Amino acid sequence: MTSRDEVLKSIRARRVPAMALPALQHDWVRYADAFAQFKSVVEAAGARCDRVATPRDIAPLLATFGEFQAATRTVSQVAGVAGTVALDDVDDPHDLETIDWAIMPGEFGVAENGAIWVTDERVKQRAIYFIVQHLALVLPANQIVHTMHAAYERIQPGKSSLGLFIAGPSKTADIEQLLVIGAHGPRSLTVIAVGPTV
Amino acid sequence: MNHAQAAARFIDDRARAAWHDQVVWNVRVKRDKAAHSVPEWELLRELASQIKLHTMSRLAEYLEQFEREATRRGATVHWARHAAEHNEIVHSLLQARGVRHLVKSKSMLTEECHLNPFLERHGIEVIDTDLGERIVQLAGEPPSHIVVPAIHCKREDIAELFHKHFGTDADNCEPYYLAEAARQHLRDKFKRAEAGLTGVNFGIAQTGGLVVCTNEGNADLGVSLPKLHIASMGIEKLVPRAQDLGVFLRLLARSATGQPITTYTSHFHGPRPGGELHIVLVDNGRSDILGSDDFRRSLNCIRCGACMNTCPVYRRSGGHSYDSSVPGPIGSILAPARDAKKYYSLPSACSLCGSCTDVCPVKIDLHHQLLTWRRELAERGLVPLSKRLAMKGMSVVFRHPWLYRVAGTLARTIVPRLPRFLVYNRFNAWGRQRELPMFPRESFRDQFRRRHDDQ
Amino acid sequence: MSTVGLFIPCYVDQLYPRVGMATVELLEQCGYRVEFPPEQTCCGQPMANMGCTEETRPLAERFLSIFAPFDYVVAPSGSCVAMVRHHYDKYLAGRPGFEQLKTKTFELCEFLVDVTKLDKLERSFPYRVGLHQSCHGLRELRLAGASELISAPFGKAEQLLRLVKGLELVTLTRADECCGFGGTFAVAEEAVSTMMGLDRIHDHETAGAEVLTANDMSCLMHLQGLIRRQHRPLKVMHVAEILAGYDA
Repeated sequence: MTSRDEVLKSIRARRVPAMALPALQHDWVRYADAFAQFKSVVEAAGARCDRVATPRDIAPLLATFGEFQAATRTVSQVAGVAGTVALDDVDDPHDLETIDWAIMPGEFGVAENGAIWVTDERVKQRAIYFIVQHLALVLPANQIVHTMHAAYERIQPGKSSLGLFIAGPSKTADIEQLLVIGAHGPRSLTVIAVGPTV
Repeated sequence: MNHAQAAARFIDDRARAAWHDQVVWNVRVKRDKAAHSVPEWELLRELASQIKLHTMSRLAEYLEQFEREATRRGATVHWARHAAEHNEIVHSLLQARGVRHLVKSKSMLTEECHLNPFLERHGIEVIDTDLGERIVQLAGEPPSHIVVPAIHCKREDIAELFHKHFGTDADNCEPYYLAEAARQHLRDKFKRAEAGLTGVNFGIAQTGGLVVCTNEGNADLGVSLPKLHIASMGIEKLVPRAQDLGVFLRLLARSATGQPITTYTSHFHGPRPGGELHIVLVDNGRSDILGSDDFRRSLNCIRCGACMNTCPVYRRSGGHSYDSSVPGPIGSILAPARDAKKYYSLPSACSLCGSCTDVCPVKIDLHHQLLTWRRELAERGLVPLSKRLAMKGMSVVFRHPWLYRVAGTLARTIVPRLPRFLVYNRFNAWGRQRELPMFPRESFRDQFRRRHDDQ
Repeated sequence: MSTVGLFIPCYVDQLYPRVGMATVELLEQCGYRVEFPPEQTCCGQPMANMGCTEETRPLAERFLSIFAPFDYVVAPSGSCVAMVRHHYDKYLAGRPGFEQLKTKTFELCEFLVDVTKLDKLERSFPYRVGLHQSCHGLRELRLAGASELISAPFGKAEQLLRLVKGLELVTLTRADECCGFGGTFAVAEEAVSTMMGLDRIHDHETAGAEVLTANDMSCLMHLQGLIRRQHRPLKVMHVAEILAGYDA
């Protein structure tokens, strides 16, 4: 008998009372202004959140940030923002170590917790989300769902080998519970919402 | 050393114990604030508990579904009956690929299996990349909390530690300075790593996916650079569907740290292009617990640590006093199942206040299970003789009202007349820091009878 | 006139007779006939908490037979009542009269609020009072809203104390942290127990309490022991004593 057989046999030998899987239909909380809620939580998590009218306004906005101005190597997969390194040309993710900024698209945001859903679809090296010094995520301002329940109604899990919620810059509170922004992942997160909020 | 002795040692440094109590309590306060911002909090707890109990009732089916789906997406699923087998599987995966440098993100399961020393004995460098875990790894200590492993360390301790290992300035205890030093040090390790190992917060049966939640980005960095990703998962970590995650993810970070969600909530489905994903499913006593009506609910645990933060005993004794990979209330239930002789004192490291049960996001009846463990241990003869004799003595007295009355009268007559040194000495543990109650001349029943007779 | 069978915890009987008398007077003033069946001794909680079920069983059986005849069973103790309502099942399930016993056994404050519906008390107690939430009453009997739960706040002891003129309830930093008594825990984990108790006392003192009260004399026995050893001025009274009109 393999270990698999033994483990499954051990489980099946137990008498466990039946319990129905509960329905998740409920009047989950809704915010009067989903984008405003989203923005306030994003900022509370230590990220920037700006809204611009059109995609053409993204590059000028980035140009106003000191750290972006100082950046020498950047990756962009957002139309209208030019990067200095094409991610599709990078065969070894270790080479991304010197990338200062990455500007990546997000699909939608979640109002209750400021999270943004991104995937590695069309992203050759997923390490780009974690290895860069500064990350910017660009998403449509009217694509904000209220809760995680709504988020999972939108996500097609398994569609890509990696899908994740990003809800701020990397951080740690492991030293005396004092918050330090910028742990191992990006030191900062900039959220740029494009277009109208409804 | 049992818990009581270790706790007394911890409290010897009273200022430090008070500091630890306050620092951990602050996490409970943050949790409260976060929970209050979710109007449907209590409903979520109930749903989470039901989802877990449902999953347990069909665990074999869900595990088979998970394996099928994960395999379909290109992952390889391994099964380990126990800790040793888990360690061997991980080792052989690394050895076959010539891996000498492994980076590891937080996994209480791998602590439980003592994976690190096993791999190190086989010549593999294991770097714990969560900052708190790296701190305790460098200090040669076990973690003292499952979410904030180095919560017992003061910044001065960390500054000294980093000075020793990284050559940083021993006098600079500024958290940003220390965290930056750790970032640079660990970046090198991430770059050099030939494999990354993560734990699993949730496994999705429906899709064969793994969910890993971190704030630091260490798990993701650790598996997006090297080609090999090994994921160690306890069999109880499954949820049936992706939508069930909506419930758990609204509860987890709020319960753990008071954040609405962790910075990164990664869903892995199969390996990344050009990479490998190996999932190790581990039993190690979980199927035994599954069969127990009393303790089954402890498998609901999502390892949030809220029970530790609220536990007045944990806060004043520190995680190390439990001597277990998982300390605090949940640890005091899981550890005796593994080794009752070693951990007999843990279920009694508890005043039965019940705060843990009320704070648990998945509604584990923690304090009831701790009480049940005391009964279990008593039946196995693991209660110390002195306690057993005291209980038998009390029972005899209480079964005979005349004996009870006589004992009471004697105590109330004699004790107030005894010289202080006979009452307060090393045999009187109560009297070490407390006065005994004032012994009145008459008992209540005497007074009541007298009043009744007068009427 | 309903008859109340008074259930007095063993240590209250022997060491804190005033608490028992206050309970009697309070219940009589509310119009009940109060009887104290003298065959009672202990509900068995200390043994049960140590896991010694065989020592507990005979006490549970005695309790059932002693208190069967009464309309209500009332005790000035949350932990003893929790024992009867929640932990006697394993000893008495299926016995005649057991289900009725569970529905008619009450802690004092919950009895006065839920059954008597007391809404007026001609009492004056012009002191600042710290209300300690005894854990069994709080989390087993739900006598008040536990701070961990996200629900509307309430409190039965608090409700009754607010009927008393001049009584001012202070606000604690940690509303319902355990005092550290915990039964044999007080002795077996003496260091943690006393640190917990001293922290509670400090909280009450910092909040400005002159009198510390609770529904459970076990908590108060432990806290009072610490207060007296430390020579602190904080006074300790059971809720029954305050409600019965005793002075500080």
